[in-house]
Amino acid sequence: MPATWIFLIVLALAAIGYVLGRSRALASAGGDSRHLHSLPSYYGANAALLALVPSLLVLVIWLFAQPLVIQNRVEHLVPETSYETEGELSLLMSDVRRIADGLDLAVERGALTEDEASDIRVEFTDIRERLGAVGVALGSDVQAPMLAAAKAWREMNASGNLIRTVVVLLVALAGFGLGLTRARKDFRARNSVEKVIKGLLIVAASLAILTTLGIVLSLLFNTIEFFRLYPALDFFFGTTWAPSFGGGSELGILPLLWGTLYISIIALAVAVPIGLFAAVYLSEYASPAVRSFAKPLIEVLAGIPTIVYGLFALLTVGPLLFQAFGPGTLGWMGGGRAVMTAGLVMGIMLIPFVSSLSDDIINAVPQAMRDGSLGLGATKSETVKQVVLPAALPGIVGAILLAASRAIGETMIVVLGAGAAARLSMNPFEAMTTVTAKIVSQLTGDADFASPEALVAFALGMTLFVITLGLNVFALWIVRKYREQYE
Amino acid sequence: MYDSPSLETKVTDKAIKIAAQNVQVFYGDTHAIKDVNVQIQDKTVTAFIGPSGCGKSTFLRCLNRMNDTIDICRVEGDILLDGEDIYDKRVDPVQLRAKVGMVFQKPNPFPKSIYDNIAYGPRIHGLAKSKADLDEIVEKSLRRGAIWDEVKDRLHAPGTGLSGGQQQRLCIARAVATEPEVLLMDEPCSALDPIATGQVEELIDELRDSYSVVIVTHSMQQAARVSQKTAFFHLGNLVEYGETSQIFTNPVDSRTESYITGRIG
Ligand SMILES: Nc1ncnc2c1ncn2[C@@H]1O[C@H](COP(=O)(O)OP(=O)(O)OP(=O)(O)O)[C@@H](O)[C@H]1O
Ligand SMILES: [Mg+2]
Repeated sequence: MPATWIFLIVLALAAIGYVLGRSRALASAGGDSRHLHSLPSYYGANAALLALVPSLLVLVIWLFAQPLVIQNRVEHLVPETSYETEGELSLLMSDVRRIADGLDLAVERGALTEDEASDIRVEFTDIRERLGAVGVALGSDVQAPMLAAAKAWREMNASGNLIRTVVVLLVALAGFGLGLTRARKDFRARNSVEKVIKGLLIVAASLAILTTLGIVLSLLFNTIEFFRLYPALDFFFGTTWAPSFGGGSELGILPLLWGTLYISIIALAVAVPIGLFAAVYLSEYASPAVRSFAKPLIEVLAGIPTIVYGLFALLTVGPLLFQAFGPGTLGWMGGGRAVMTAGLVMGIMLIPFVSSLSDDIINAVPQAMRDGSLGLGATKSETVKQVVLPAALPGIVGAILLAASRAIGETMIVVLGAGAAARLSMNPFEAMTTVTAKIVSQLTGDADFASPEALVAFALGMTLFVITLGLNVFALWIVRKYREQYE
Repeated sequence: MYDSPSLETKVTDKAIKIAAQNVQVFYGDTHAIKDVNVQIQDKTVTAFIGPSGCGKSTFLRCLNRMNDTIDICRVEGDILLDGEDIYDKRVDPVQLRAKVGMVFQKPNPFPKSIYDNIAYGPRIHGLAKSKADLDEIVEKSLRRGAIWDEVKDRLHAPGTGLSGGQQQRLCIARAVATEPEVLLMDEPCSALDPIATGQVEELIDELRDSYSVVIVTHSMQQAARVSQKTAFFHLGNLVEYGETSQIFTNPVDSRTESYITGRIG
């Protein structure tokens, strides 16, 4: 039975459990809900949760585990002579799965009978052609051992699915029964529901943490792999970035880091003053009418996809700057793509970010603070400068650092606005590139994933991750320091 | 309402500092102050009393245009300070508030050091020529606010770290530091113990020599102790205004009497 059906059956069971649990509990109290320990719906919810949660947990784990187990047991059917590395083996195994799935599909479509599918032989049938007819394209003709492996896969999969159905339904029924027997008037259903809910929340929180951990670990392992192939010192202190896929590349991160930093600084130099002033205007000076119209308008800017900003950089800002600073006039600029172009456009992208966050923070400063200052005869701008902004400072620093993280992580605007040349230069009108843009270009294309030229992407990602992490820690530190001083 | 002849003669003893004529205040559709006429004398302490929500704070805030900061608030009528209409277009509310200082009902120290809290006004208005000057102003103000002894060793600690009563005195000292001509105090002693209250009352008495002080209070004894004039508000109306001694011993309006003897409130 497919997993969807199992899921629906369990769901139906839970719904029945809810209704029955509820009425049973009521009946045990003689129909008067005041004699129950908890509200009747808690007894229903308890039965429903007991039927639902353990069985779905089993189902999910089974869905992940079954392919792994089968793969493990089928692997030895593939002759060792046909592959050399782990990578090739995994490619072969995915072929085996495709054949197995293809046979299943063929049976389902009626192109083969079940018997034909289990007796099929390479000698008598052109399997590639038969499967192609039902829409499963195979890269090469099917070899006998592969077919044997695929058949074994199908068998195990079928019996695995059967056991799965039985086990999951049994667990669900057991929970259902337990929930119903517990639906008596003295049972503390309310507390038990509370515990289950707490458990679910913990699971959600740990899933979030575990995935993050998983991502970081995979970054870390690949980074270590890279440093085995390429010396770390050359990576961190190399001043040339010249990957060549034939080998002998120079992979120094410094030009990329410099590009990232330079573009981010220009972007923040644009976004922070404008965003902050806009926020101060909106929260302190604007009339409610202006505010209710301008604030959403600025926030719309935040919803524009970055690729659109990239186009804006490529087609509008770049040519404009080229006209102003290009060979025709000052001659500083060699083309439309430059640090300046990307920085300016990225700054525009960050304005709503800074302004909208700062605006919320400034609004959170109590009115009594402003009254105190105005009551002493301070003007509005004096009040803003000396009372409101200092009080809002930790939040504003947080907003700025958040904007900085976004600037560092931005890719599209860089690719379209700043070019792809890794260069260490002070001239903001020259084309440069950033860490993120290079990660993309290292991983797109036919690179061999085991080569340093591809693995370097992970080292770059890891470096970026450490930098943004450092930025966040720094932001926290500033906020805490400020709190100690003023609270 | 307060047209007893004995009063009128005494009102003219001193110059009129603030004169309010037909003042109405609205919060949106709520009519919070209804047609109030009052004349506040120079070098006098005037007490505003009345049940909670009757509009004392609202009226007080009209006197230095703090109501401007509330969007929905609308003030009608004339309020004259030294004969000039403070709601006139040419009047700068900032200048006005430097002249008419205010201590708010809830203590609102800035998230700055105690020293910077006091020095805030003097710095803005350029009242100190030198650092030593400023130090002197700060010390004098803190002494007048009856809090100097408690904070003299931690002038650079944050003002928000003080207790509620200390914060209240800090705000009094902060208002005094700018040397206003009129000081509006909204329940300045609500969080103070009897000793600190006594010290603040002494300060008020001392300020009377040079300024005009308006104090909102819920304590009848305090009003009787520190003020020379008392105004009784009820549901947005100014019910009675006159010599404190007369209001407390021989009120004209029955509502005043009920309130003072504890039957309204
Ligand atoms: N910002 C505001 N917005 C709307 N209504 C307000 C506002 N401030 C005060 N009011 C209303 O105006 C009336 C008078 O309030 P006010 O604060 O002046 O009373 P009060 O006499 O100072 O009372 P208390 O002794 O409790 O401080 C009240 O009915 C109050 O609800
Ligand atoms: Mg009040």
